[in-house]
Amino acid sequence: MRRVEVAPTFEAWREVAREALKDGYRPEEINLADATVPVSGLLTLQAEDEPQGAMVARPHVPKEFLERARSVAAHREARRWNLLYRVLWRLQSERRLLRMELDADVAEFGRLEQQVRRDLHKMHAFVRFRRIVDEDGEQFVAWHEPDHRIVPLAAPFFAERFAVMRWAILTPDECVSWRPETKELIFGPGVPRETAPQADELEGLWRSYYGAIFNPARVNPKAMRAEMPVRYWKNLPELTQLPNLMQKAESRVQSMMIRQSRQPTAAPFVPEEHTLTVLREALPRCEGCDLFRHATQVVPGAGAAHAALMLVGEQPGDQEDLQGEPFIGPAGAILRRAMEELGIDAEQVYVTNAVKHFKFVSRGKFRLHQNPKMSEISACRPWLLAEIDAVKPSVILCLGASAAKSLLGGTFALMKQRGEPQESTHARHVYATVHPSAVLRGADEEGRAQLYAYLKADLATAWAQVLKCE
Amino acid sequence: MKARITFALCSLPEMALNRDMAMLSVQNKLEILADAAKYDASCASSGAKRAGNSKGVGHTDGMGICHSYTPDGRCVSLLKILLTNYCTYDCVFCVNRVSSDIRRARFSPQEVVGLTLDFYKRNYIEGLFLSSGIIQSPDYTMEQLIEVAKTLRSVHHFGGYIHLKTIAGCDERLVQEAGRWADRLSVNIELPSQSDLVQLAPEKKAVVIEGTMGQIRAKKDAAEDEGKALRSAPKFAPAGQSTQMVVGATETTDRQIILRASTLYGGYKLRRIYYTGFSPYPEADARLPLKATPLMREHRLYQADWLMRFYGFSAEEITTESAPQLSLDEDPKTTWAKAHPEFYPVDVNAAPREALLRVPGIGHRNVERILRIRTYHRMSMEDLRKLHVRVKSVAGYVVAADHLPTAPAAGAMPTAQMELFAASSALSGQV
Repeated sequence: MRRVEVAPTFEAWREVAREALKDGYRPEEINLADATVPVSGLLTLQAEDEPQGAMVARPHVPKEFLERARSVAAHREARRWNLLYRVLWRLQSERRLLRMELDADVAEFGRLEQQVRRDLHKMHAFVRFRRIVDEDGEQFVAWHEPDHRIVPLAAPFFAERFAVMRWAILTPDECVSWRPETKELIFGPGVPRETAPQADELEGLWRSYYGAIFNPARVNPKAMRAEMPVRYWKNLPELTQLPNLMQKAESRVQSMMIRQSRQPTAAPFVPEEHTLTVLREALPRCEGCDLFRHATQVVPGAGAAHAALMLVGEQPGDQEDLQGEPFIGPAGAILRRAMEELGIDAEQVYVTNAVKHFKFVSRGKFRLHQNPKMSEISACRPWLLAEIDAVKPSVILCLGASAAKSLLGGTFALMKQRGEPQESTHARHVYATVHPSAVLRGADEEGRAQLYAYLKADLATAWAQVLKCE
Repeated sequence: MKARITFALCSLPEMALNRDMAMLSVQNKLEILADAAKYDASCASSGAKRAGNSKGVGHTDGMGICHSYTPDGRCVSLLKILLTNYCTYDCVFCVNRVSSDIRRARFSPQEVVGLTLDFYKRNYIEGLFLSSGIIQSPDYTMEQLIEVAKTLRSVHHFGGYIHLKTIAGCDERLVQEAGRWADRLSVNIELPSQSDLVQLAPEKKAVVIEGTMGQIRAKKDAAEDEGKALRSAPKFAPAGQSTQMVVGATETTDRQIILRASTLYGGYKLRRIYYTGFSPYPEADARLPLKATPLMREHRLYQADWLMRFYGFSAEEITTESAPQLSLDEDPKTTWAKAHPEFYPVDVNAAPREALLRVPGIGHRNVERILRIRTYHRMSMEDLRKLHVRVKSVAGYVVAADHLPTAPAAGAMPTAQMELFAASSALSGQV
């Protein structure tokens, strides 16, 4: 049997294969050996017989074979040269050979091709450039260790993608670099790992991103390893922190669950029976959120048990907190004035708040009102809903943004939508207007007058609706 | 509201700051805004082709590449972030809702542009997937997202992949402009039904969401018509549109979800629907379940989705009125096969494609291979084994050159074969 050493490039194999076909070597008569694999002396001493096959001067080489063979040639498997020759030789008489997927040679050909293509895909994916600056300006250099000899196959992808950058990819067997000025791929021999830059300033950001983008509740390291085999990990900067991330994932999920189960809500404190008497009795026991700790007392709603109009404010103020009644402070006075001017019958109105405890910060002798957080408004919502269910008003008027957000959702834009009928399941008619305390806080006389006019106009709209309903 | 005031104060830091300071703050924002984006399942970077250009970095070859994989087994293909996680909406299932007490941050469009280019040049990513909480108004938010895409394309000649979340209900003019710069647009349907939305996303309305989807479809159709007449006509979102729905946050059945998906695919020519099993997150609303939806349910929904798109199943036949949930123990194709013994056995050497596709254990790629091979060769069970078909699972359903099914089809074992598609596709980032 004749033995020929083939250098590890597709072109070298093509030369050898063309000569062998021309001479009429049948696949079993010639050994196309991998030149990179050291051989024992015995093999080279084999006798060379005359070729017995038909001589092929003008071989039939389908384009598809040529393209796929280029991939197979990049495989490290030493037997690939013989396999390629066998397939090429058979193609001369079996023109449809490549369609025969179940044929052993074709299946092997396909398997090697597939492995190279996968490696190629992984190289496109896992090359990590590091930016360095030298006398010629910035350059992006990567160190990569592919399974197969695929640098020439992989390089055009990077040339197209990073055409405007000066870049180089270094591997143990081959290197390639690109200069945007000449637009040429320059190939060279392999280099040791130390030649490549060891860090990049962006890698900290990239690690942060990697650590933040996965869902700790769904850790699945098996799936991760299947797609990104462990052998690639050492050259991927984002994976240096992996053990740490995995460890933290579990505790992150734990703390999430604990925190979620502690999300404040009054729901467990709200009785099932929704009558004002029952609700009033239960309210003082509410510890649904932390506000009860500092307030003097809870402030329930007040007014007619089956009022047609319900006014919902934000939360009790300093005076209300001390006396336990809603709207008895300065804001309440403004509200009463508007109602009197409009001739609204207080007997037909129920007033309450979105949040039932006073929230404040102490400043010396004063207790300064603080806006409730959305989580506190949400926590208190079950009380408000129970009150609405007990009173069953035909019209609700929300006073201020907190009440409006509690009943109409977080996007409610008060100044844009005040006074307009809102779509809601809470009552047949729902409106929102400014809070009476906003009137007190108006910037100047004119502003205060304007805000008061809004309050009064919207109250009038709501009241007109009440009269219409009756 | 508190959130809005904080937002106004949070004006954008100047890039002129000391570089270290700027890095630190971008890093914090990145942590917050990537964390907030992680519940969006979409990671695909496929479906669009754009050649490299001589002025800027980037090209897409239509395949999609996963540049890394995270410990949850998911593909990292795009820089997936929110422009901001401030949001005026109060969707119960969403971690970024206004009533959630989480850390908030906001990128400037310029910062996102810089990060995208920096990451791209190092080959970390295929491009950008940008979404956002709703700030000020849907239009304002959309304008900000467009600003990023437009700057990348027209100032930096960026040729990589851009996926823009389209804010439902934004002005039609903005949809048009978004499609001009982006490869893919998506509007999240959020929850499977309108009643789910009423329950958990009070500000979102199915008609508004679908209105925007309809606009995207119409504009894409129009651009494709123009492209046929004139090749240089501007493209509109060449990678099409996708959507996402959260499953398991409400009682909606798999049957309702599948029927809904089928309507969406048909009505808006969606490339993909992503199903995200609800999973708990910090500061979640007390109305939500404490435990995550089983991953298997999400997986079964993807399998059902695949059956509709690649296996010729109609939405109605995947589940039944009386059993509206997909089985967690077996794949939906096996469930169907057990319920329809009259359909089997299927002769691998004679049956049409539609029948082969209904054999549990034979995937659509193998169906194509079988169709090719049998033109020159009568296939045996051993041949199927060579194609990596699980012979044990298909034995009860097929006739081959050397095989007749002995056991009744209904006795066949559940098969794991189907899992190859959904799982690998969810991971590979391909459509």
